[in-house]
Amino acid sequence: MHCSRAVTQGIIRGMLRFVLRRLLTFPLVLLLMYGGAVLLVTATPGEGLEGEKELSPEVLAAKRKLYNYDQPWVVRYFWTWPKRLVWDQDLPAHQYEDWTVVEIMRAALPVSLQLGVLALALAIMLGLAVGVLSAVRRGHWLEHLSVGFCLIGISLPTFVTGSVLLMVVAIWLRAVPVGGWGRPAQAILPALTLALPYAAYIARLTRAALLDVYAEDYIRTARAKGLSEARVLFDHALRNALLPVLSYLGPAAAAIFTGSFVVEKVFTVPGMGTHVVESINNRDQSLILATVMVYGVFLASFNLIVDVLYGVVDPRIRVGARAT
Amino acid sequence: MNARRSDAWRRYRRNRAALVALGVLGLMAAACFVTLGWSAPRMRQQDLPAARQPPSRAYPFGADELGRSLLWRTLYGGSISLSLGLLVAVIAVGFGTAYGLMAGYRGGRCDAVMMRIVDVLYALPYMLLVMLFTVSVGAWLEQWRPGGSQAEQRLLIGTEWSRFIVLALAIGGVSWLTVARVVRGQVLSLREQPFIEAARALGIPTGRILVRHILPNLVGQIAVFGTLTVPQAILQESFLSFLGVGVQPPQATWGSLAADGIRLLNPIQFDWWLVVFPCVALAVTLLSLNFVGDGLRDAFETRSAAS
Repeated sequence: MHCSRAVTQGIIRGMLRFVLRRLLTFPLVLLLMYGGAVLLVTATPGEGLEGEKELSPEVLAAKRKLYNYDQPWVVRYFWTWPKRLVWDQDLPAHQYEDWTVVEIMRAALPVSLQLGVLALALAIMLGLAVGVLSAVRRGHWLEHLSVGFCLIGISLPTFVTGSVLLMVVAIWLRAVPVGGWGRPAQAILPALTLALPYAAYIARLTRAALLDVYAEDYIRTARAKGLSEARVLFDHALRNALLPVLSYLGPAAAAIFTGSFVVEKVFTVPGMGTHVVESINNRDQSLILATVMVYGVFLASFNLIVDVLYGVVDPRIRVGARAT
Repeated sequence: MNARRSDAWRRYRRNRAALVALGVLGLMAAACFVTLGWSAPRMRQQDLPAARQPPSRAYPFGADELGRSLLWRTLYGGSISLSLGLLVAVIAVGFGTAYGLMAGYRGGRCDAVMMRIVDVLYALPYMLLVMLFTVSVGAWLEQWRPGGSQAEQRLLIGTEWSRFIVLALAIGGVSWLTVARVVRGQVLSLREQPFIEAARALGIPTGRILVRHILPNLVGQIAVFGTLTVPQAILQESFLSFLGVGVQPPQATWGSLAADGIRLLNPIQFDWWLVVFPCVALAVTLLSLNFVGDGLRDAFETRSAAS
């Protein structure tokens, strides 16, 4: 009894150290990202101030002063940009815009996040279902169906699958609205399109892992004990087969959330996508920085959560982390 | 070594799907590259009366909105897509392998720092960075362009290709991370094996140990990752094309052709051929590449399981 408590404490301490180390790299990631983004943005010719017309030097100088672009880089790095990105309530994002950077992000981010979360959930559910089905029902028509599903998922760009779905489901069948955002029906097609490639990959991972696990001795033991196939699957096989899927979730989430630009464009979803593309094409410095940082913070936190979760599920990771 | 590799080939040959995929891939690549001499000039030839013509004898794949033959455009686009994918794979595998070798072999603090950097880079929003990088470099090149009609002419042709190279660098620049991680992991375990220790005891210089003794053991893994990077890169480029930062017209890839077709797609004038032909070529190639990659993995994996 006493001994086991010491072991538990040791495990908890290892866990804490692991989480702490991960937390320490977090600000480092953000700082590096911020530095890199500022560097790329400021090194690019064009400040997004020039419009269609040629500006007189005085007007240009006044504009640069208004946006603080005339300051030395230290000021811009440590004051101008952070202010614009985090709390500036007065200055619009750029000259043709009434909204501030903060307002734009506040309006667009929730939309993209909703879409991303929906797609991720859909990808996990679909992927697991298809993967398990194709591993359990080998040779059944369901297996062929799921293989076909995976093939489409990995071999066509999302803008093609999305447009075809849009054409068939929204325009010909009139089953859902064509585009826009706000009603649940408008979210179905974009989320499905975005989820498809990742669902396909998760299905492949699950299937391969399950087939591996089914060859293990302890599964034979479980069957020999007389457990039902369902209990073998859910209590013994799936638990171990989920590890590779779990470790794929971090990269998958990252790809889903940043890949949503394309899907947003297909279905005219008013999320971050339009701002990302337009700001980059217009060299709109503050919006570029804002989108990069918003995604960066989001991805870094997501990776952190996944790493910690992984450490909880698989003790070997923690031990390995301590050894190095 | 040679025996081992021919072993892998024997195992690969037994995998029917992978073998068929390799054949399809070879055919596709041959069709695109062999016809390059014909397709390169013809893909730009406009014939406005034939604009948006459905597939016919003169235009087997139909014509686009400027009356350019989609057959030639698809073949030409394929050669650009495939070369882009190949270039990205070479960049990603080359840099990733060098990085992983270095981190894994040095070990200790050097390894820790190098791998933390990889962790940091993993958390970056790639799509955004690739777009930003592509546009930034494009802007630099535009600004740097000197006057003079001759030079300008040459550079205008040059910018088409510079966009291609920038795209390859940008996509390759974010694809090497996984290779670096995998190679580093392998090197960490190889480093402790007796034959490396023996090489070190014989006084063989580090560079030679890495190239002659460690690298040959990584060939399988590198081949697998290289193969799987190609479809990823082709897909990435198609997304960038769709968002307007892919290759520059009149250059074309399967991705940009599909994106152009999708843009023209509407329920009133349903020009299906503009989407279907590039997409079929794209899908067949991506599938084959994935099958070849999986086949290679299976062929090489038995070895790592046995050793």
